[in-house]
Amino acid sequence: MLILTGLSLFLLVAIGIGLFFKSRLILSEHSLWDLLSGSAWKPLSGEFGFLPFIVGTLFVTALSIAIALPISLLSAIFLTEYASSWVKRVVFPIFDILAGIPSVVYGVWGTLIIVPWIADKLGPRFVDYTSGYTVLASGIVLGIMILPILVSLLIEIFTIVPQDYREASASLGATKWQTCSKVILRKAMPGIVAAVVLSISKAFGETIAVLMVCGNYAAIPRSLFDPCYPLPALIANNYGEMLSLPLYESALMFAAFILFFIILVFNIISRWILRNIERSYKM
Amino acid sequence: MEKGKSVFGHIFKGFNRSSQHDEDISLAEECNRAEDAVIKIENLNIYIRNNHILKNVNLTLHDKKITCIIGPSGCGKTTLLRSINRMIDTTEHLRVEGRVLVSGEDIYDHKAEITHIRKKIGLLSQRPTPLPMSIYDNITYGCRIHGVRSRKVLDATVEKYLKGVNLWEEVKDRLHSPASALSIGQQQRLCLARGLAVEPQFILADESTSALDPISSKHIEDLFAKLRERYGIIMVTHTLRQALRIADYVVFMYMGEVIEQGTAEELFKNPQHELTKQYLSGVFS
Repeated sequence: MLILTGLSLFLLVAIGIGLFFKSRLILSEHSLWDLLSGSAWKPLSGEFGFLPFIVGTLFVTALSIAIALPISLLSAIFLTEYASSWVKRVVFPIFDILAGIPSVVYGVWGTLIIVPWIADKLGPRFVDYTSGYTVLASGIVLGIMILPILVSLLIEIFTIVPQDYREASASLGATKWQTCSKVILRKAMPGIVAAVVLSISKAFGETIAVLMVCGNYAAIPRSLFDPCYPLPALIANNYGEMLSLPLYESALMFAAFILFFIILVFNIISRWILRNIERSYKM
Repeated sequence: MEKGKSVFGHIFKGFNRSSQHDEDISLAEECNRAEDAVIKIENLNIYIRNNHILKNVNLTLHDKKITCIIGPSGCGKTTLLRSINRMIDTTEHLRVEGRVLVSGEDIYDHKAEITHIRKKIGLLSQRPTPLPMSIYDNITYGCRIHGVRSRKVLDATVEKYLKGVNLWEEVKDRLHSPASALSIGQQQRLCLARGLAVEPQFILADESTSALDPISSKHIEDLFAKLRERYGIIMVTHTLRQALRIADYVVFMYMGEVIEQGTAEELFKNPQHELTKQYLSGVFS
């Protein structure tokens, strides 16, 4: 068991180191700062700026959480605190099924429904022209993809809040909503943060569905209606095609390394935040 | 419509309170407390699924007295207690017949407002359950949800009720630290103070001392004896000796039925029913 645990730890380190070595070529040609802050992406003339991809990744992920979190919080509260048992029996499996749908299906759905909707209906109200393949489309599709997981996690978290708290609050004359918003959410806060962290980590790396609706255009998106190009899409689109150019291959490895690094740092920071929350809500 | 009216009532009450002070507050409370505040339980039957949990219970519970409900485990003591503030509502497949009148108002009437009922009847549970917030916020939680906003009133409330449960001296320097950091005995006193802060008429106590050490347990008991001057206290207890020490009235239950009830003196000295005699002499427990 210890060996197996060690092995998985070793894998993590090995992947990190492997990606780093593979991207050494590009790091020797360009400075790290130029790569991270450059916004020109012209691989054939040797210009590699990763900023559009990094911004695209963060933008899309943040948007997806902004869409998914309120919906899933309210759904989870409704299902655990308000819904009668037969509603739960019907709805719980639906979330499991939703969570099990392959991401390419979500991608197709996004391309067929969301993209035209943004291009024809929503977009023209705000901007002159949009193709529909946008940050917004990626955020919506990704948000809907992480919704079922987030809801299942949150339901789990609300369910383990002991019944005693609900009774203590109710016995003072609190309404159900007051109990939910003032006691249960508070008690569940560390768990909610952990659930959000988990779904953000998933959202960071989600590739196929986003790739199908994001527009794949290497420029920093200025608004929700601009196309974007997150890191996973960059890697998936080009890897295998451009291997004849060693520098390009190295650049893609570097992209993977950045993604790896973002997720690692994000996890460390969120762990730290979680510890602080647990301490301040010490229960 | 009704809901709006009552919310408004709470807010209005809050305003009233914020304009008055310390002594005035308690004076006003005193006036609000109807003299004939009693709980009358009439032909109460409770079924969960198809089990008949409470069988035709008829009881009168008095204000400013301690009523102890005794009886063996599983006899329906707790169900009876929880039916008085409708805490049993969360139970699934529940059927309630009969009436529970609190100061003349039937709490099972479909028009009865549940939050209002619970405000009038505090509950102290078996294990202390401090809410996940500071000591100060625990005490003021009830006042806040009922619309009190004034910092001054809230501060006064915290001091008054923490003093009321003899906790003030122990915690006055750390009112804003988490309530969970208190010892379990302190937590139970905090929960009592929290319940009192919404100014109930009655306090329900569900074996509230059973999870505590003997000293903390005595603390709570002494508090009950003191609080009897102002509140009606209904407590479920497992320990006969506790009932002997503090009860004014005693209700003996067995298998979901009230077998015997009366003043503590009558019931302990001269039990009428065979089952009561056996229970008191320790034939079963």
